[in-house]
Amino acid sequence: MTDTREALMVARTSDGRTVRRPLSPHLQVYRPQITSTMSIFHRITGVALAAGALLLVWFLVAAATSDAAFGRVAWFIGSPVGYLLLFGWTVALWYHFCNGIRHLFWDFGKGFELPQVHASGKAVFAATAVLTVLTWIVILAAR
Amino acid sequence: MSEKASPAIMRSMLGRARGLGSAKSGTGHWWAQRVTAFALLPLVLWFVCAAIRLAGAMRADVAHWAADPLVATLLVSLVLAMFHHMRLGLQVVIEDYIHAERPRLAWLLVMQGVTGLLGLAAIIAILKLAFTG
Repeated sequence: MTDTREALMVARTSDGRTVRRPLSPHLQVYRPQITSTMSIFHRITGVALAAGALLLVWFLVAAATSDAAFGRVAWFIGSPVGYLLLFGWTVALWYHFCNGIRHLFWDFGKGFELPQVHASGKAVFAATAVLTVLTWIVILAAR
Repeated sequence: MSEKASPAIMRSMLGRARGLGSAKSGTGHWWAQRVTAFALLPLVLWFVCAAIRLAGAMRADVAHWAADPLVATLLVSLVLAMFHHMRLGLQVVIEDYIHAERPRLAWLLVMQGVTGLLGLAAIIAILKLAFTG
């Protein structure tokens, strides 16, 4: 036992056996629900966007450095891998944007009833899809 | 609840509540995360529109665009809000998943250093474009 908090995890069953208490909600036995799934998506997209911020920094620094440096970042963005990453970041951005608004409503104490939480969750998925498709229609049309 | 069972507490309720919470700094972190989230809503919308219009642009076009004082102001605001929001978010992720004290501290320091340097690099790049075109 390395952590004193472990002591709280030890318990006895009704027939006297010593067992380790399960944590609840326990990810391995918990059925994925729209609420929990969207919550972890918010975190995953947040971390993905942090990686995307690297590209923004690279772009800005290259633009302030030289034509050659800018050529490299422009080449990367225009490559198939660049396009794939940009598409992923567009999805992540709109998801985090829309679900972030959902979180801000909760912070004002609005929309906490379970049917509302489910409805706003579906709305976030729909809005993410619509905004992503719209963004890429505009990008590809502008080319 | 019996009065005898609880030891005498000399500190005020406010004094006891202050500085509690897992980050030991009250609500500052939570509040800053929300303020930056609000700031990012319009800034991100503006930036996505601007970025789409810059698609395929040459370096001179980007430099000319960023030389507009309004654009430079919005870009610096975006980077400040984005990196502050990002740092707060990554801090929570690290605190949630890295339980041992020393690796957690090390990861937090590395994350703070990297996000700080990257944010600073972005701002200096914007200012250089803003001042030199």
